[in-house]
Amino acid sequence: MVIYGVGLLAGCMLVGLVTGDVLGTLLGIDANLGGVGIAMLLLILVTGILKQRGHLPESTEQGITFWNAMYIPIVVAMAASQNVAAAFSGGLVALLAGALAMALGLLLVPVLTGHRREPLPSGDASTTSPAPGRTH
Amino acid sequence: MNDSIMTVFDKYHLIAAFAVIGLTMFLAHWVSKRFTRGRLHGSAIAILVGLALAWVGGVMTGGKHGLADVTLFSGLGLMGGGMLRDLAIIATAYGVRFQEIKQAGVRGVIALFAGVLISFVAGAVVAVSFGYTSAVDITTIAAGAVTYIVGPVTGATLGASSEVIALSIAAGLVKSILTMIFTPLTAKWIGLDNPRSAMIFGGLIGTTSGVAAGLAATDARLVPYGAMTATFYTGLGILLAPTVLFLAVSALV
Repeated sequence: MVIYGVGLLAGCMLVGLVTGDVLGTLLGIDANLGGVGIAMLLLILVTGILKQRGHLPESTEQGITFWNAMYIPIVVAMAASQNVAAAFSGGLVALLAGALAMALGLLLVPVLTGHRREPLPSGDASTTSPAPGRTH
Repeated sequence: MNDSIMTVFDKYHLIAAFAVIGLTMFLAHWVSKRFTRGRLHGSAIAILVGLALAWVGGVMTGGKHGLADVTLFSGLGLMGGGMLRDLAIIATAYGVRFQEIKQAGVRGVIALFAGVLISFVAGAVVAVSFGYTSAVDITTIAAGAVTYIVGPVTGATLGASSEVIALSIAAGLVKSILTMIFTPLTAKWIGLDNPRSAMIFGGLIGTTSGVAAGLAATDARLVPYGAMTATFYTGLGILLAPTVLFLAVSALV
């Protein structure tokens, strides 16, 4: 059933977020430390095991792949609800600080990546593909 | 009829948001195909349209949530808010090759520390060159250049003035928005076409919304890798900025 997939996704998210929150509290910071990342790892792990044992029928998968495909529309909605007006009226200090931080970050990407590059296999990069990067 | 439209859009705000975003995506992909022959990705255009609409909404209402502050479009706030965004980000991890994450793991961690540090230094240099001399002010603005969450949290911890905290939020927003715009434009030059560089990119830039939208506009398959490292960035920033980095700034000024 589709809801099994959605439920599994939601469960991984909650466990990840609680773990991230506990990590943050342990380190004495008022923030969630990597909760989303932990949830992602958990989802990869759990679905991997379920798939191996044949407990992940297509209908269950659909509950996860639907939200996967909704990612870009959600990001567009996020962009539309950003405080863009404040960002660009914050004065030159804010503009330059933000721009310089971004530029340095982008410039360092090839430095840290090094020479070895393995591009993703060419394929349909559209958002509707059920699972980006899946090998089979 | 106008009243009916207003009532329905207001009452069913999330559904209205689905319809509005659906239409935006359709138009963006049409423009991409028709006028750029697919060279500028439809998602990139859609995100730019979103940002432009957010600017219009912000100027119209004076609110903080872009177009979502316009009553007709209030559902955008829920659809694009942290809850559904994080759910969708986690869903992108489905089907990711765990091997890739393991291989880029160490570099991802290095990228995280390097990313927080260079953003902080960039912010600090700009703050100093604009005549800020107190360690608290410099640290708060520099923390804002890390992310727009690290800035105010650091400022509040150190007791910075509300003007400086507002500046730090603006710096973080600028970084996030410019990342959304410039990532797809520079992706080729910086080699952002594989899981490894995506993880490093996520660690270096860190601002979740910027990374999420920037990678979405570049190649949706890279999203889970970048998001994976970026999710640790704000936490690391909050850990380092008001403590080690503040002490370093205090020692220097």
